[in-house]
Formats: sequence, C-alpha cells, structure tokens
Amino acid sequence: MAINWFKYSSPASFYLLAGKMVPVFVFISVMLLIVGLYVGFFVAPTDFQQGEAYRIIFIHVPAAWMSMFLYVVMAFWAGIGLAFNTRLSSMFATAIAPTGAMFTFIALWTGALWGKPMWGTWWVWDARLTSELILFFLYIGFMSLQAAIDDPRRADKAGAIIALVGVINIPIIYFSVQWWNTLHQGASVSLNQAPAMATTMLTGMLIMVLASWMYSIAVILKRARVIILERESHTAWVAELHKKGAI
Amino acid sequence: MFMWIIKRDLLLAMRRQSDVLTTLFFFIIVVSLFPLSVGPEMNMLRTMAPGVVWVAALLASMLSLGRMFSNDYVDGTLEQMLLSPQSLSLLVLGKAFAHWLVTGVPLVLMAPVLGIQYDLPTDALLVLTAALLLGTPVLSLIGAIGAALTLGLRGGGVLVSLLVLPLYIPVLIFGAGAVEANMAGVAFDAHLSLIGAFLLVSIVFAPWAAASSLRVSLE
Repeated sequence: MAINWFKYSSPASFYLLAGKMVPVFVFISVMLLIVGLYVGFFVAPTDFQQGEAYRIIFIHVPAAWMSMFLYVVMAFWAGIGLAFNTRLSSMFATAIAPTGAMFTFIALWTGALWGKPMWGTWWVWDARLTSELILFFLYIGFMSLQAAIDDPRRADKAGAIIALVGVINIPIIYFSVQWWNTLHQGASVSLNQAPAMATTMLTGMLIMVLASWMYSIAVILKRARVIILERESHTAWVAELHKKGAI
Repeated sequence: MFMWIIKRDLLLAMRRQSDVLTTLFFFIIVVSLFPLSVGPEMNMLRTMAPGVVWVAALLASMLSLGRMFSNDYVDGTLEQMLLSPQSLSLLVLGKAFAHWLVTGVPLVLMAPVLGIQYDLPTDALLVLTAALLLGTPVLSLIGAIGAALTLGLRGGGVLVSLLVLPLYIPVLIFGAGAVEANMAGVAFDAHLSLIGAFLLVSIVFAPWAAASSLRVSLE
C-alpha cells in the first residue's frame, strides 16, 4: 500500500494533525519535566567541588543544546521551503525561531547565574559564551528580518537565505572565536575539562534534555498552528472550522 | 558586464562625491572619538588601536551598504538588470567590487594615518593596512547579501546591521588579531591567510546568495 507522505504537507490537514499532537507532547513534556526536576533537585548528589550550585546544569545544558540544535533545524526547514516552495516548511522555520531564541537566552542567563558562584563573575569572554551570544544575535536577525517584511512569501524566502548564510557561518564563527580566545588567554577559567559526572546527575540531565525536546515540539506545533490560521484565514477550510466553532 | 557595472557605479559615485566623503569622515570621526572617551594614555591606545580601527571600518562599510542597491531599485534600473540575460551573480559581484572601491579603499588608505594617531609602530601600520586591504572586500561582499535582503524595507538601515554585523565577526577577529600578533612579535601570516580564505569563500558564495536575495526582494 502506498502511503501518501505528502498528505500532511498541506496546511489544512497538518493543522488538524498538529492539533491532535500538541496535547500529547505537552503531557509528555510536563511528565518528563517533573521527573527530571525531581531527580535533579532531590535525587542527584551534591557535587563535592561545586556544592549545590551545580544543579543549574539541569536547565543550563538542555537549553544550550536546544539553542544550537533548533537553529540547524530552523535553517533546514527554511532551506526546504526555499528549494521546494513548500509553504508549511517555511511556516515551521518561522515557528521555531522564537523558541530557539528563548533557549539561547536561557542558556546565557543561567550560565551567568552559574558563573557567579563558580568563577566569581557573571560573564567571561570564553569561546562558548561568546559564540552562544552571537547565536542569539543570529536568531534576533532572522526574526527581525521576517518581522520587517509584510509579504509572507518574501519574508519566508528572505528569512531562509539569512538562516542558511548563518548556518554556514556558525562553524566559522565558532572556530574564530575559539582561536581568538586561546590567543588572548583572557579567561582564566577552562570549561573544557568536564568533570566526570555521577550517573544520577547524567540521568537527570538527559531527562531534562528530553523534556526540553518535547516542550519545543509542543510549542512549535502550537505556534505553527497559529501561523497557519493567520496565513490561511482567507481559505474555505478555515471559514468552515470557524463556522463549526472549532476556533 | 562586470567591467561595465564597475565603471557605471564608479561614475555615479564620482558624480556624488559627498557620499564617498561622508563614509570616510564617519570612519575618521569614530576612530578619533576613542581617545577622547578613554583618555590619551599612549600605551593603552596602542593596544586598542587595531580593534578600534577595525570596528570603525566595519561600521563605516555597513553604513554605506544602503546605497549599493537602493538608488537603482528606486529608479527601476535594478529591475532592468534582473531582466537582462547576463548573470545576476556577476552583476552583484561587480556592484560589491565597486562598493569596495568607493568605500573600502579610502578607508584602507586612511588607516595608516589614523594608526599614527594611536602611536602604532611602522610595521604594525603595514600589517594593519594589509589586513584591511584583504578584509574590507569581504565586508562589501557579505554586506551585499544584507543590502539585497533589506531592499525597500522600512527601517532597512538598522535591520541590515542586525543581519550583517554578526557575520562580520570572523573578519574582525583575524583582522585585528593580525596587528596584535605583529605588535606582540608573533607571526601574523596565519591571520592574513585566514582573511584571504574568507575573501575567496565570499567571492564564490556571497554574490550568489545576494543574487537570490535580490530575486526574492524584487519578486
């Protein structure tokens, strides 16, 4: 039996599918979040070097991972949308950006909160911190470009080009910043040797990573639904949904 | 076509010389503001000089990006250029090159003079000029993408800085790094090689990306 893979690339059918998927992912995400935070704050042992303050990694590390991963996913969907002219892919890219920017901000913020007790300073010009900050700028650039363009099709395509240029530049920027950092020897803190972690710490962190994944999926699907409604508001199927009182 | 567009853009720039001079004086003023804000202590100024000159060059190059396409866009020339059977990437390359000749080259020529203000040693001045000579065309090429994407948008000038400045960072790091390495007595040729590599990569990819951005913007 041939499966019609493209059925859900139509906004109308995807809208209904996403509507069914959102509560599932919200549920999984909340469950994982409760378990992860419980493991993180009550089960995982106190670190002998860093004391209780290390527990911020249960938020910091998942946020930092998601921030980088989501940019690549966003650029991927934006690129697909540009290459194949599929509207839904571009809407997805637009829906991903705010979540990615939020995770980048959380990673920076919690990093500062972690840095204060550990290194005695809110901010060091370390390679990772600096490139995370630049990633934040790239997200902001993408979102403000899309926001400045009124025509959604042009916004999609322009956003796609800047996202792809950004994704090519990310490794270049990362290595430049790293080299710049080693040349200057400015930061006395080395983030490179991660101490071996207790198994419960690692478990807690991985659960939190999964929770962030599920949260991102839920929020992005929800936002994609809103974007679909906004852009398809002139179509018959939206009017019908409206008549049924579904929206 | 490539030569034609360069000639044309240069001619247009010569007819409106004030535009060229504005960018150059912006560069000079920004560089001169730093000693006034941090104090005239020569040792500190010497260590700051490469960074200050490079940041000012980035800003000056970025501020003049708006002119790269917008005049042609407003009077409809750009649309005709898009319709022509010639390669649009080549046209963009020509425009970026002309932009560099008009804004980049004056900055490169002026940089040693400003370096003297900061008491840079002679060989550091040479390295600074060489790094700027290699690096400023990269700024024009990457900037062409930003200029093409923001064509005709309200608030395009501020927007272009958000898009383009993060992408300028590698050039800034190695451009200023080359001078600092020279002043520290370390080999600086790796920095210059890397800027050269950025230049080659952006010559290949940036015109293409900017050409597709122009197509998007003029759809």
